[in-house]
Amino acid sequence: MSETTSDPTAPVASPAPVSDFVKSEKPREPLLEIEGLEVSYRTASGEIPAVRGVDLTVHAGESVGLAGESGCGKSTLASTILRLQPSNATVRGGIRVCGKDVRTIGWSDLRALRWGQAAMVFQGALHSLNPVQRIGDQIAEPIRIHDSTPAKGIPARVRELLNQVGLPADRAQAFPHQLSGGQRQRVMIAMALACRPELIVADEPTTALDVMVQAQVLSLLTGLVEELGLGLLMITHDLSVLGSTCSRIAVMYAGRVVEEGPADEVFEHPQHPYSAALSAAFPRIGDPAARYAPAGLPGDPPNPQELPSGCTFHPRCPVALARCSEYDPPIRMAEPNRPVACVLVGEDGRDRSAAQSS
Amino acid sequence: MSDLTLTPRRLTWQRRRKSAGRTWSQFRRHRSGMIGLAILVFFGLVALLAPALAPRSMIEVTEATGGVLQPPSWEFPLGTDENGRSVLALLIWGARVSLLVGLLATAISMFLGTLIGLASGHYRNFFGAALFRITEWFLVVPFLPLAIVLASLLGRSLLNVAFVIGVTSWPATALLIRAQTLSIEGRPYLERARALGAGDWRQMSRHVLPNVMPMVFANTTLTVAIAILSETTLSFLGLGDPLRVSWGSMLDDAFQTGAITTGAWWYFLPPGICVILVVMSFTLIGQALEEVYNPRLRDRT
Amino acid sequence: MTAQTSTLLAEAETEANQPVQRRSGRWRYIGGKVLGSFGALMFVIVFNFFLFRVIPADPVRTLARNRLVSDKQVEELTRTLGLDQSLPRQFLTYLQNTFSGEFGLSFKYRQPVGEIILDRLWPTLLLVGTSTILATVIGIYLGMVSAWNRGKLVDHMSTGFSLTLYSMPEWWLGLVFLAVFAVGAGPIPKLFPTGGLHSTDVDPTSFAGGLDTAWHLTLPVITLTLAYLAEYSLIMRSSLLDEMGEDYLTTARAKGLRDVYVRRRHATRNALLPTTTLVVLNLGFIVSGAITIETVFSIPGLGLLTTEALEVPDYPVLQGTFLFFSIAVILANLVSNLLYGLLDPRVRL
Repeated sequence: MSETTSDPTAPVASPAPVSDFVKSEKPREPLLEIEGLEVSYRTASGEIPAVRGVDLTVHAGESVGLAGESGCGKSTLASTILRLQPSNATVRGGIRVCGKDVRTIGWSDLRALRWGQAAMVFQGALHSLNPVQRIGDQIAEPIRIHDSTPAKGIPARVRELLNQVGLPADRAQAFPHQLSGGQRQRVMIAMALACRPELIVADEPTTALDVMVQAQVLSLLTGLVEELGLGLLMITHDLSVLGSTCSRIAVMYAGRVVEEGPADEVFEHPQHPYSAALSAAFPRIGDPAARYAPAGLPGDPPNPQELPSGCTFHPRCPVALARCSEYDPPIRMAEPNRPVACVLVGEDGRDRSAAQSS
Repeated sequence: MSDLTLTPRRLTWQRRRKSAGRTWSQFRRHRSGMIGLAILVFFGLVALLAPALAPRSMIEVTEATGGVLQPPSWEFPLGTDENGRSVLALLIWGARVSLLVGLLATAISMFLGTLIGLASGHYRNFFGAALFRITEWFLVVPFLPLAIVLASLLGRSLLNVAFVIGVTSWPATALLIRAQTLSIEGRPYLERARALGAGDWRQMSRHVLPNVMPMVFANTTLTVAIAILSETTLSFLGLGDPLRVSWGSMLDDAFQTGAITTGAWWYFLPPGICVILVVMSFTLIGQALEEVYNPRLRDRT
Repeated sequence: MTAQTSTLLAEAETEANQPVQRRSGRWRYIGGKVLGSFGALMFVIVFNFFLFRVIPADPVRTLARNRLVSDKQVEELTRTLGLDQSLPRQFLTYLQNTFSGEFGLSFKYRQPVGEIILDRLWPTLLLVGTSTILATVIGIYLGMVSAWNRGKLVDHMSTGFSLTLYSMPEWWLGLVFLAVFAVGAGPIPKLFPTGGLHSTDVDPTSFAGGLDTAWHLTLPVITLTLAYLAEYSLIMRSSLLDEMGEDYLTTARAKGLRDVYVRRRHATRNALLPTTTLVVLNLGFIVSGAITIETVFSIPGLGLLTTEALEVPDYPVLQGTFLFFSIAVILANLVSNLLYGLLDPRVRL
């Protein structure tokens, strides 16, 4: 995995040659640019905020992880990237994919964007694939619509894709229920690659898979990102998964990004108490002290309809101060390119003593 | 401080009352269910108060005072039948039979269906499997031909009609209850009861049955709807009680005496409309109850 | 049979159908279903016997109930019906007769019951066949439109319409149609005949005769169609709504497929599967619905035969028609199961 520098505007340096699959000629322009995204659902009991102001960027060859508990809004965010949000959702803010404003582009442009430039990998449970259609046909479907590959060449392309994800080509005749969970996930990935996209958004790609299969799927994804120079946004609740696959991690809580930074930094030296708790939930091998660390956070994720006042995390925060219940901290740079939203984090590094005196 | 000691039994009843209250307040929110309930209450009152609304003499053939198949007038708001009786009076008394037979038939059907359903779901051995097979076979037998045959063999009376309908409609209930029983028996607390030594009967009556009852209740209302339709059909075919007036028999008479060809709409329209209203009311209530007990269904409508 | 019951039965079937992996599993599936149907058939035959011989305490008295018979006639009747033999012997005779197609003589017509049934089969098939096709096509379409426009006026109206039809005895609708369109009500003239299958002055086998038959069958077919249309529309609607909530549709949309295409090719196609099997299942029961419609419209089919047999009561005919209707249901059941096995790849392979 290429090590990113702390300056995202520097050209991406990937160790493997960028293959000619990558269409973009301007690697500097981010593949995904989310600015001030706000999403809320209109329901009978009022407007429920799911995403409350998120900024996120993904460049080619970069894999960004988005971590958070269920209900923090990460899946909602994922659905807006290709304008797949439910009809009762109100979206505000900017979403640009490969330079195009997803919220305002026309319908035919959107359809061309979908899969042709940005594809999604869903959780490969039995229900994300059409149960009565052969998987070869399902992979071929987007190719028929988007690609200029002639009809005769499609079966060969399907075989190529299956090989690329490590599945034998004869699996194309199978139905989803005949495959194992790991195989179905590979099919989802193969399907996502079908039209040679530049950006892949993976929503919980390894949930419900056992650990060994999880590792295989993750290494497949990172290998593909490297080989094809794709941009990857991986969304999951499992921080340990992100630690090993992504170059940057953003942690989401109650609809907001509370911390972001290089993967190993966020994992090893989390600045926000929530990230610290998430990271501590996974014991490090070889560190006996880690086994005694308290695992898990008390309480439940906040109800989006009744968010706590001030900092939304304060009811569960182990180091909450008195004023955390009134003051919702804005995002500040703990270090360059290290945004964190916590009162305990000042402009330059942790400034505990100053905060404690207030 | 209350001087009522809290025994397990009292606690159970308290909980049951509370959950019934909750069910009612949830049911109240369903507009369609409430409309159904209102219609049902109306017809129920009509049936109960029949003697007060229309004296018995009004439906006696020998005491008929009106002309033959007369259109509505002040004296006879819904006209007269072929015997000169007031159609409105017949309609009121017919409500009794239709509702009574419907409820009676449902009681028989639910009793049989619950018993067999519980047993076939509970006993995993040959006995249970055999009961399931028999239930499936009975489902295959078409209702109307069987009902016709039974009614012609047993003779025409109110009780027989109710019996025939009840005996032919238990399989559907049995299937439902069996499915419910199977799902409940998979739950841990049943395992615990078994481990504590609960016998078959105790398991079924104390644990499974109370949990099955809500779904059964919703299913009952739908069964009544079908039972009333069946009674109307059987009466129309002449298999009902010849001594009693029911909406179905009214329609049979209307048909036989040519009310259709002479355009005596006041004779054949009202009974049909009443049947539609009552059946619809039970169906709406049943659907609302199903949604209350199974919130998953709420997304459908 | 209500939509609910049909769904329950289908679920019970699915519960018993675990996906069988090997090729030979297909024949095992078919074999299993055929065997099951055969079992049901046996049950019905045995049941038929017990119904008529065992239920009436004194069969002869019951048979002679409405007629005055002398003791000698009672004796003769007993001998003719074979009731003087022991019960097991009677059963054996009955089985022999059933399998050789002999169902006794009708009391009323003095003809073999089998012949009579064959004679009257055609009108019923015509009526039921046409109605089923129409009810299925229109009902499924209506259900689709309702599901796609869930919550909107079209949906509410369609559901309300279906609910009303569902709550009405189908023959009553027939009566109303008769009164309005065959007799004429107010401004509407007499458009259709009041009953029967053929006009007396037209040759039924000619082209004009065919038209004449169609004219006679119009109102009955419309009535029967409307009766079952409601149920199919409700089934299709709920089936489609179930499919529309599935995740794979989001995947399809994310692939850039047009909404209409997603609905048509994926959701509707998949929703048709349970609907079709339920429709075929229901077929057996529609045949019984023909009984009342034929009575109202005086169509000389098996339904009217059954109702006429009630008057006498013509027990041999009743027994024969009961058997016929039951076999219709068993057959429909079998075809429905086989169809499901054929169409759903989860069971097929």
